[in-house]
Amino acid sequence: MFAGLTRNDKLLFIGFTIAALAMPLLAWPVGANYPDLLQKFAIYGIFAIGFNILFGLTGYLSFGHAAFLGVGSYAAVWMFKGVTMNVIPAVIFGVMVSGMFAALIGFISLRRSGIYFSILTLAFAQMSYNLAYSVLTPITNGETGLQLSQDDARIIDRLFVEQGAGLPSTNLFGLEMSGYPGFYFCCVLLIIAFFISLRIQRSPFGMMLRAIKTNQVRMNYTGFNTRPYALTAFIISGMYAGLAGSLLAVTDPLAGAERMQWTASGEVVLMTILGGAGTLIGPILGAGLIKYFENIFSSYNDGLLSESFSFLPDFLNDTLVFIIGPFVGEGWSLLLGIVFMAIVIFLPGGLMEGLTRIHGWYRRRGGGDTRAADAASSRQAAE
Amino acid sequence: MAILEVNDVNKAFGGLKALNAVNLSVEEGTVHAIIGPNGAGKSTLLNCFVGRLIPDTGSVMFNGKSLLGIKPHEINQTGVARVFQTPEIFTDLSILENVMIPAFAKLDGAFRINAWKTVGSRGEVRDMAEKVLVEVGLHEKRDVISSSLSRGDKRRLEMAMCLVQEPKLLLLDEPTAGMSRADTNNTVDLLQRVGTHITKIVIEHDMHVVFSLADHISVLAQGTVIAGGKPADIKGNPKVQEAYLGGSHA
Repeated sequence: MFAGLTRNDKLLFIGFTIAALAMPLLAWPVGANYPDLLQKFAIYGIFAIGFNILFGLTGYLSFGHAAFLGVGSYAAVWMFKGVTMNVIPAVIFGVMVSGMFAALIGFISLRRSGIYFSILTLAFAQMSYNLAYSVLTPITNGETGLQLSQDDARIIDRLFVEQGAGLPSTNLFGLEMSGYPGFYFCCVLLIIAFFISLRIQRSPFGMMLRAIKTNQVRMNYTGFNTRPYALTAFIISGMYAGLAGSLLAVTDPLAGAERMQWTASGEVVLMTILGGAGTLIGPILGAGLIKYFENIFSSYNDGLLSESFSFLPDFLNDTLVFIIGPFVGEGWSLLLGIVFMAIVIFLPGGLMEGLTRIHGWYRRRGGGDTRAADAASSRQAAE
Repeated sequence: MAILEVNDVNKAFGGLKALNAVNLSVEEGTVHAIIGPNGAGKSTLLNCFVGRLIPDTGSVMFNGKSLLGIKPHEINQTGVARVFQTPEIFTDLSILENVMIPAFAKLDGAFRINAWKTVGSRGEVRDMAEKVLVEVGLHEKRDVISSSLSRGDKRRLEMAMCLVQEPKLLLLDEPTAGMSRADTNNTVDLLQRVGTHITKIVIEHDMHVVFSLADHISVLAQGTVIAGGKPADIKGNPKVQEAYLGGSHA
């Protein structure tokens, strides 16, 4: 499994695995150690890893990746409704269906590159979103969203177990997928997803994708048929999105069309750029940060704010609440916007560039042969 | 034996006739220079060989097979490599990676997914690339990101990327354009030294370069081949002198 990977890559993977498994502990100091949020970290981490394979590695900016997330969710819920509440078939089905969907959309969209590709993917995603609300209502259950119900077929489950009075819950061979078991299921898949992405980045295939991003003209005159490469990257990243979508259904067996909306597609773009497009870890960091901000800051309101500043004199308290108020609660995306602008302007390489800079600064202070070390570390980060 | 046979090729851009009944025959193993004043149609002709342009009429046969209507990557896979006027390299990648990529194209073909094995596990590809890098003198810089190279080094890198594929035909579009005299001499030296068995077509403005490299020269003016022959013949040809050499290049 590790054959051919360098020592650094092995360490990176082991470090990542430990960090992912210890996420409840690591998230504790910032108050994010509850399973619902941790699950979101893992799920959107997978989504961002997949998106990064297309955008960060191959250089195709898709503005419609939420469509695959939504398709994965719908497919998984249908599996829950039709066959079994066991999560394994649902996840596999979700990944496969969104992979096929990605093959179709990718085949058409990849006839163009640059901004035209982005617009095509955006158009397809919006189309899927609107179809889910209108003609596809028999499959998507329209505005209500696709939900479990008492009279679902659940062929396999009915063979073995008597149906209970309430709605069944998703499970892994009997282990209920709520709370920490649910998080760890997502976490294991995150680790696998990360490992596959690592292997892809280090493989000749990954090298070709980076070359396509850098100079597509040269690739063609070098004897490569670039379109199947880009299409493969598109399908893989669509499958990652489908996996994330089906995991959303695993943690909460409900699928709605709003998951496919363009704002959701935009969110994964933000995550990837915020963390550092093209890097291995960056997109996961970006996903975690955005989901954390969303949860923490969207729950604040003026009352809570004023409470947290209650140690201040009244007029200061009021002023602060007046200034900060618009940036929290429903206005939290205002805060996200400012953070995003600051990162794009000052750290175009995202959080990973920031970390590399801090690392370089630290090394310089430590003395020694810093220039070589810097070059090596920035190169490492770039990969 | 002629490796490239160009017959009666015409190409017009709107009302402008860029190529007018061009005939050309390139012998295997030779260096064939195409010279001519600006706007003579040299680059247009080259673009017809690599699938970037399709002639309106006429035929381009490479090793007995037509090159018309097939895609650039397919043409490369049949053994035609091209060096561009402005170096086309993978600027975000290291020099070694730049040369390994064409080596992969040579060994694995136009499309193959090998996403599980690491690049490092393909030792033979690395060996091929390193060997060529030694030849062109870029081996010591192999881990440098190629965007930081000088123009001369970028050109040498692009040449290495072509040479690693061991093409049957190498097309060089003004390989010394915009280079200092020293860099130009280095390039000429390099072209004389490496890939000597490869048939080359060179488009060039610099007469010094042309006369040091070429076995055969074709002179293109206003889209037509007005003369062809050994360098010595071309030098004395009055038609050529009038069209080209008679100017500031004499």
